[in-house]
Parts: sequence; structure tokens; C-alpha cells
Amino acid sequence: MRSVIDILDFTVKELDELIDTALDIIDNPKKYAHICDGKKLATLFFEPSTRTRLSFEAAMYELGGNVLGFSESNSSSAAKGESIADTAKTVSCYADIIAMRHPKEGAALVAANNASVPVINAGDGGHCHPTQTLADLLTIRREKGRFNNLTVGFCGDLKFGRTVHSLINALSRYNNIKIVLISPEELKLPSYVKKDVLQKNNIPYEQTTDLEAAMPNLDMLYMTRVQRERFFNEEDYLRLKDSYILTPDKLKNAKADLSILHPLPRVNEISVAIDSDPRACYFKQVLNGKYMRMALILKLLKEAGTI
Amino acid sequence: MNIDSIQNGVVIDHITAGLGMHLYELLDLASLDASIALIKNVNSKKMGKKDIIKIDADIDLNLDVIGFVDPDATVNIIKDGVLVEKRSIDMPQTLTNVIKCKNPRCITSSEQELDHIFKLTDKEGKVYRCIYCETKA
Repeated sequence: MRSVIDILDFTVKELDELIDTALDIIDNPKKYAHICDGKKLATLFFEPSTRTRLSFEAAMYELGGNVLGFSESNSSSAAKGESIADTAKTVSCYADIIAMRHPKEGAALVAANNASVPVINAGDGGHCHPTQTLADLLTIRREKGRFNNLTVGFCGDLKFGRTVHSLINALSRYNNIKIVLISPEELKLPSYVKKDVLQKNNIPYEQTTDLEAAMPNLDMLYMTRVQRERFFNEEDYLRLKDSYILTPDKLKNAKADLSILHPLPRVNEISVAIDSDPRACYFKQVLNGKYMRMALILKLLKEAGTI
Repeated sequence: MNIDSIQNGVVIDHITAGLGMHLYELLDLASLDASIALIKNVNSKKMGKKDIIKIDADIDLNLDVIGFVDPDATVNIIKDGVLVEKRSIDMPQTLTNVIKCKNPRCITSSEQELDHIFKLTDKEGKVYRCIYCETKA
């Protein structure tokens, strides 16, 4: 049973196929409106989420399917101490496919190892968030028209930011990608990502704390939020949370065709004034996420022989 | 220092000096009701110093544990006081329930009876990572 835990579970060819499916869904929504009639998606969210959960639900509804699930662990038997393995086995009896978010790293793999239906990792702590990366990739494809020859800046929390790690992993498989890592010292990209992904794939990268200095070279800027929930210590969070705030004046040296992405939610790291700038792509990213989740649900249900 | 030869059992030889105690612990040799000698810092022509473990009992050792701790060690099986077999050691691709993941955010810290599994991700660097959270062992 095929599940998706990490973006690297897909080959580049499969990612291209998913993107092509998503583009076809955008162009021909009626063709897909009843393809999942009678099928059920279970959304098991042990951690709060707006976009990812609603995006999965909207995706399944737009494919003609139905949705069941919970949006916080307090409203599930996890509050009584039920294991993820048992939850996955149980929900497999009710649903055709599972999307799961959990605060613990590796939780989705445990679910996938125990479920009898496909499991999609909708975020497992600071580890992986493959469907956000799918949304990011479709956004890059639609905004840039390519995955090659890009200088991509990542700014903010590069230590705990799972979306950053996943997207760097995905981009490392394309040609002539340059990465600029912009973060405070305490939130730098973990050395294992640098070694195992960037250095291993000969991806040129530089590290800086200066967003404005890096700005002129960037084709894409991926902003991230400093995530309160990843800190054990509130003082550290408060000290670092305002490290980078993107305002219109910081864009004055940016390229005219820069694309600004953000996995959202934002707190204050992108000024609302940027929203009307044509270079802001983060709400397009949200919509793209729904299309990619539709494409992913279709792929996994087809591979499982469910549709 | 003289340690008696063993009649039926296992000698783990050529252990990198300093790793003998770690190997003793991971193999859980303390739970064996047998004569066991852990000899540290033995002079060795090849290695300078080495550790040796002699177990006077006919047991099946988990070679994966030895391969994880020290793939350069050698395992000699002794029967009736004679060396009958030398077992080759290699770094195992997977380690199950030998070590625990230390990442407090890992699912292994909370999920009931979940095996702690590590995979070899970099043989040259001897790096094992938790299959759940990818934290280095």
C-alpha cells in the first residue's frame, strides 16, 4: 500500500505527473468532479491546522468524495491514550485514504505501517510536510515556468521549518539551483540537511543573516514563520520571532519578477502591505495546495485500486 | 595479565580500545550467567591497543550489535577449546531495538511498544539515523 511520508517518496517523474494532473484539474474541473464519488477521506489532525486540513477536505469534496475525521487530539481516542497504530488500523475500517497531522516526528510512518489504506503525511512535527512542498512546487511551476536555473532564498526559521527542509530536498534534484539561506544564527539550517542534501547534490549555497543584501540575486524568496510550538523555551521564541519582517522597502532592490512564497500561517514576518504586490504568491500557493492534494489523492487511490 | 582459555564459547577480538565496555553493555552480557572476561587495552601488534571479550558459553551473539559498535572486531567461535569458526562482521543496514532514539520529539518517545529502528545512511561516516525522525544515532 503506497503512502506518502516524505517528498522524496516521489521520483522527479512522478512529481512532474502530479503537477500535470493538477494543471489539468485547473483547466478541466468538471472532468474530475465525480471521480471519487462514494469514497471517503479521513483527516486525522492531532495538531491545529487551518489550511492543510481544509485544503484536504476541499480537495476531496471537489473530487466528489466525502470527508470524516477530527481536528484536535482532544476530540479523539488519543486523549484516552490510544496509540497511533491502533488509530490507523481503526480508521482504515472507515475510510479509503487517510491524511494525518501529528506533532511527533515519524508519526505518519507509524500510521502508514499499520493502516490498510494509503496514508498521506500532512505534517509530522518538525520533520516532513510533503503536501506543502507539492503546493510550493506547483506555485514555482506556474509562476516561473521551470524548476531549473533558479536562485532561491529561504528566510526565517530554517532549523525547525519542515517545509524548508522538504522544498530544499525537492529542489536539489533539479539543475542549476542556487540556495541562499537567510536566518539568525540560532535558526540556521541543520548541518545534516546541508551535508546530506546540498553538499551531496553539489548544490551551491550561501548562508547569511542579511536579507536585504541577499535580495537582488533572488528569483524566489521563501519566507517562514518562527514557530512558537517548536520551542521548549518561550524566552528563545520571543527573542527570535521578529528576526525578519519583510516590508515594501526591503523589496526595493529585488528583481521585478521575484516570487515571494510563504507556507502560511504568517504572524508578522510579511507586512500586509506586501499582499498587493504582484510578486506576492502566498495566497496563490494556498489554492495550488488544494489542486496538488486533489492530484495526490487521485494518484494514491488509483494505485490502491480504489478508483 | 592471564585470562584462562575458554572451552566452548565466543571470543570477540580486535575491538577498538575503549569500545569493549560499550559492546558489553549493548550485548547485555551482564545478564548472562556465564564466565565473561572483558580485557581492556591489551597490547596488539596490529592495533597498538585493543579490547577483547571472552564469553565461556555457547550463545548466539547479535552480530548486528558488534557491526554497529565496531565493524573491525572479529568473532571467533570456540568448541572444545579449538577455534572452529571466524565470523565476519559488517555494518548492518538496519538496527532494531539495539539503541534508542534520543529525540524527545520522535514518535518513539510516546508510541506504545514501537520498535526503535535505525538505518545505515552513510557507511563511510558510520552514520545511522532513526527511521521515524531521521535523528542521528
